[in-house]
Amino acid sequence: MTALSKGTDLDKGTGRPMVKAEGVHKSFGPAHILKGIDLEVNPREVFCLIGPSGSGKSTFLRCINHLEKISAGRLYVDGGLVGYRQKGDKLYELKEKEVAAQRRDIGMVFQRFNLFPHMTALENVMEAPVLVKRETKAIARERAARLLDRVGLGDRKGHYPAQLSGGQQQRVAIARALAMEPKLMLFDEPTSALDPELVGEVLDVMRDLAEDGMTMIVVTHEMGFAREVGDSLVFMDDGVVVESGHPREVLTNPRHDRTKSFLSKVL
Amino acid sequence: MTDTVDKVPASALPPEQIKAIPVRHYGRWVAAVVVVAILVLIGIAFSNANINYDVIPDYLTADTILSGAWATLYISVLSMALGLVLGVVLAVMRMSSNPVTSTVSWFYIWFFRGTPVLVQLLLWYNIALVFPVLNLGFYKDEMNQVMTPFLTALLGLGLNEAAYMAEIVRAGIQSVDEGQTEASHALGMTRGQTLRRVVLPQAMRVIVPPSGNEFINMLKTSSLVYTVQFTELIKAAQDISSTSLAVVEMYFVASIWYLLLTSIFSIGQYYLERRYARGSTRNLPPTPLQRLKANVRLFASFRRPEAVR
Repeated sequence: MTALSKGTDLDKGTGRPMVKAEGVHKSFGPAHILKGIDLEVNPREVFCLIGPSGSGKSTFLRCINHLEKISAGRLYVDGGLVGYRQKGDKLYELKEKEVAAQRRDIGMVFQRFNLFPHMTALENVMEAPVLVKRETKAIARERAARLLDRVGLGDRKGHYPAQLSGGQQQRVAIARALAMEPKLMLFDEPTSALDPELVGEVLDVMRDLAEDGMTMIVVTHEMGFAREVGDSLVFMDDGVVVESGHPREVLTNPRHDRTKSFLSKVL
Repeated sequence: MTDTVDKVPASALPPEQIKAIPVRHYGRWVAAVVVVAILVLIGIAFSNANINYDVIPDYLTADTILSGAWATLYISVLSMALGLVLGVVLAVMRMSSNPVTSTVSWFYIWFFRGTPVLVQLLLWYNIALVFPVLNLGFYKDEMNQVMTPFLTALLGLGLNEAAYMAEIVRAGIQSVDEGQTEASHALGMTRGQTLRRVVLPQAMRVIVPPSGNEFINMLKTSSLVYTVQFTELIKAAQDISSTSLAVVEMYFVASIWYLLLTSIFSIGQYYLERRYARGSTRNLPPTPLQRLKANVRLFASFRRPEAVR
């Protein structure tokens, strides 16, 4: 249980939010996807994002590790501006290598797994620490083996992704992200591409991670997971935050009409 | 509800196998007879031709022919290697967001694909007309001294090939799912690391088959380099035929060597494709060699049934 939190333990006492968004906007050409998002995610918090498709929750998640550039506002991760450097009142774009360095500390899990198909499960997990952090193969292999054991795939180390079920692939993907020892994990609908009977095994791993104190932002349609594991929940619609609060409260007593109509469809 | 599932007795025997008379394919027999008849007719025509087949085995291993075949092989391999490396660079440049590099690459491909390779070879051969002296600062010499037949052939074939390889590599890179790049970037990899470790190895599946085609084309296109005084297989065959007067026979000798070389590389390509298919299929089919071994083992087990147990 505690093995994973090594290096990810952050002082809760500093009071600095792990993620802070101030008036974040994002447009793709004429399409205005995010229309001013303000929110804070605290260290060790499990932060759930729900909302109808097209509401901008995945886009917001991708802005956090700069896979998308924001069009306006400010976005901070662990106190640092994402993708830019501020000098006086001017913003300077970060160089490619500096952006890559920022992303090292942010793990991401995708809806479609995106495992490297030409590498075994073990090689998938080892790749980034060896390549990016210049770790020795022996150390990386040892941690990768430990992480695969941890997600219950100790006997699948030599399998290629095509030889694994969807749930197993997603668990390898989680192990791959954890191998970089991130301080923040982003989950982009991690169970949406899975057969219903495989959803549970992935949620179990995520629950485990949450208990371990990992800061997690989870875009999900799994209301049960949000209610049981989440510390806060935000309902987004049409690029704005409609309602936020404790998951149990928002899910049982939604105040806003849009939240009510959305929940009546999915619950 | 659940007991309906258990209705089938656990000890049920497997059902009797179907023994049906297979559909007869009479058309296949007719086609086979026609094909054999045509082959026999062609064979008779060639054997009655005024061609001295007896000299072919002698010349097949003549020193001139052997060194010609060797020259064809190494100029093709080196030109292809140059084409591949430069092709990857051009493909990356072409897809770059930098407008200068992508335009340069576009013009390179446009020019080298658009002009005959023979003209390019002759241009390199006569490059001293444009640059009489090669001056690299640390090295200075007459261009005619620098441009040996080998270097002329290598540059002419390799730079031409690069234009074609660039398009093949670009197609390969574009065939890799964008999610792969996103996942790599999310892990903190730079664009170069992503290309080298994640994208190119997967692109190879798409790149290898047309590259095999390119290489086999190269083996034969390399016969053009006799125009720049580089002696390869065709030139060697012509040299012999000019004294022995066995003109057609010598082209047969050269063709046998070309067939041999392309056969060897086709086998190599098969194994290369298997290597890059790793992970894309659950189980690779056995190679012909493995199938042969399995059949031999099966055959042995028929004769000695206890051997397999």
